[in-house]
Amino acid sequence: MTLSLKPSNSPPDKLQPTGWLKYLSFSLDHKVIGLQYLVCGFLFYLIGGSLAGAIRVELTSPLSDFMPREVYNQVLTLHGTIMIFLWIVPVVNGAFGNYLIPFYVGARDMAFPRLNAVAFWLIPPSGLMLITSYFINGAAQSGWTAYPPLSITTPAAGQIIWILSVLLLGGSSIFGGINFIATILKLRRPGLKLMQLPMYCWAMLGTSILVVLSTPVLAGTLILLSFDIVAHTGFFNPSIGGNVIVYQHLFWFYSHPAVYIMVLPAFGLVSEILPIHSRKPLFGYTTMVFSIMGIVVLGLVVWAHHMFTSGTPPWMRLFFTIATAFIAVPTGIKFFNWVATLWGGKISLNSAMLFSCGFIINFVLGGITGVALAQVPFDVHVHDTYFVVAHFHYIVYGGSVFVIFSSIYHWFPKFTGKMLNENLGRFHFTLTFIGFNLCFAPQHWLGLNGMPRRVAEYDPQFQLINQISSFGALLMALSTLPFLWNVIQSIIKGVEAGDNPWEALTPEWLTTSPPPVENWEGEAPLVLEPYGYGAKDINKTPEQRK
Amino acid sequence: MTSIVPKEQSSENKKDLSAEEHEDFRLFGLIAFLIADGMTFAGFFAAYLTFKAVNPIGPDAIYELELPLPTLNTVLLLVSSFTFHRAGKFLEESEAKQCQKWLLITGVLGVAFLISQMFEYFTLPFGLTDNLFASTFYTLTGFHGLHVTLGSIMIMIIWWQTRIPNGRVNKHNKFPFEAVELYWHFVDGIWVVLFIILYLL
Repeated sequence: MTLSLKPSNSPPDKLQPTGWLKYLSFSLDHKVIGLQYLVCGFLFYLIGGSLAGAIRVELTSPLSDFMPREVYNQVLTLHGTIMIFLWIVPVVNGAFGNYLIPFYVGARDMAFPRLNAVAFWLIPPSGLMLITSYFINGAAQSGWTAYPPLSITTPAAGQIIWILSVLLLGGSSIFGGINFIATILKLRRPGLKLMQLPMYCWAMLGTSILVVLSTPVLAGTLILLSFDIVAHTGFFNPSIGGNVIVYQHLFWFYSHPAVYIMVLPAFGLVSEILPIHSRKPLFGYTTMVFSIMGIVVLGLVVWAHHMFTSGTPPWMRLFFTIATAFIAVPTGIKFFNWVATLWGGKISLNSAMLFSCGFIINFVLGGITGVALAQVPFDVHVHDTYFVVAHFHYIVYGGSVFVIFSSIYHWFPKFTGKMLNENLGRFHFTLTFIGFNLCFAPQHWLGLNGMPRRVAEYDPQFQLINQISSFGALLMALSTLPFLWNVIQSIIKGVEAGDNPWEALTPEWLTTSPPPVENWEGEAPLVLEPYGYGAKDINKTPEQRK
Repeated sequence: MTSIVPKEQSSENKKDLSAEEHEDFRLFGLIAFLIADGMTFAGFFAAYLTFKAVNPIGPDAIYELELPLPTLNTVLLLVSSFTFHRAGKFLEESEAKQCQKWLLITGVLGVAFLISQMFEYFTLPFGLTDNLFASTFYTLTGFHGLHVTLGSIMIMIIWWQTRIPNGRVNKHNKFPFEAVELYWHFVDGIWVVLFIILYLL
């Protein structure tokens, strides 16, 4: 049987609202769903950011005087969970994936539009449920890792709501992953080969494979954990014969790939942005593809490097140290490819480019500390200290969040048809970059000197460094204001962008801004060289070049 | 924005649609989902095997499984896979009556499996919270039983929809049939692994 799309000259579906109301509806348009993901994720980012602010305020003094210890535990748990499951994962995957992938494969929508809408609409309720748990009986207190026995002994209501919420978000993530795999592999425009796809498609393909393979394991683990809490089984409860290490293995089998689920799409987005703003082809396309797939394979077999202090046997330490060190190879290839893309290019340092360059710098720093953390002797020394916090935030904030902002500056003209203000954008970048490094660079020092993470109180000798870090966090919080002002101003009275303000060659720019409901008025363009910049016929569209 | 129109029905629009047609990849999506579902089971199996290897059962703990009933269950499920396949052959030949008969047999075998499983639960000498292995046993078989329950319900829906003349599942629209069949084979396969790991090892 063959499926057919509705002819494009048929009247629009009356059930689909138009205007801004469509963003609150169960719309099946991949562009609407993408923006729903983006705005919803950003609202949760503001909440998670406020929680981070509360943490940094608490840590300006060595005593827990700003909030009680239990509340501090709840705040750090909510901060971690919201930022990972409601901001970065949905935005780098759901938002940009939904908006861009159908364009890149030359399709009019995702493979399963209804599943797509379901995947998005699982997010707001589970996010609200998670936040509401704070007001019911206190939110979960065991951190985003929910290690037992801590998660079994802290108040049950908050922990159970946390589990339910993460299960729903995991379901949403799996639905999204299935959809991306089917779209990229099966919905490609005839004549378009896999190796001709823009790099973001490869990143999303790899990410979705990780999502489909690892998220269900987390779901199973959390079901077992909820049985321990509700039905008083003893899977992870050592006092009745359970084994906490099994939880850690199963949890990190998901949660290490989760780091790649957060950062691989960011790699893909950067690979789209750098060539356009430096007017050069992406360097080393084939090596990029193989590094992504290498990271996917290796990413599944490195999880126990989070557990070097959990009594792991020597052979396991050896294996996971070596496997983790190997990940530096494909990651390094990607890094050098980006630098080589910039090398000798005609670089325009606009906001999108600044954030992408900021990403490259931050990610190298985070990557180097990551390789250091993979070494057992060093890891045993800094495990569960602020060194890990610093490393992690260099990867997910300095990496993924910088790319999210870069991508917003880059694709905002396509989303809305309006340009963002460049001066405000550069101001936003400067504040974010300085604030971010001021906040997290000193935390390496804190960790090396033994300040543990997730504790509201600390040794007074760390106070000055903590205050510097908190000042950096203040700058990061303030940097949101010019960004928000910029977005609101630009939507209301921004400069008209035109269809292709960056003179880009990738397919999403070859339609109007914002694009029509089924992406193209006529047939989808066949873009065989998405990175053909710098060739003599640079200003011609692929059709004209034939 | 897509509407599901089989090729045969959309012949009047065929000219505009030629560039817009694509193959049906709903089964592909289902396979991806089943891989994800299988990974959930893989997590449970890994947990069970690790518990078995690292936390040996105490001498006073009650944990023994009888083989006859689960062996019967295995046979029931394997036969039901076969009968489902038979039903598919008759669907292909548009023999709705035969197809329905074999689907009904499949559904009855699924329900028989569930009843037999419940019977085993009630006769076992240990409960959910008695020890680690008891807990894992009930979680694993329970999670699988949930899959069989859903599968049996879906088989009954398919059985109802293959009726003549008003059924919606036929030779030209057999995706629902294929999807449930694939799911049912998957559930059977999981049971075989589960049977080996839980009862035989």
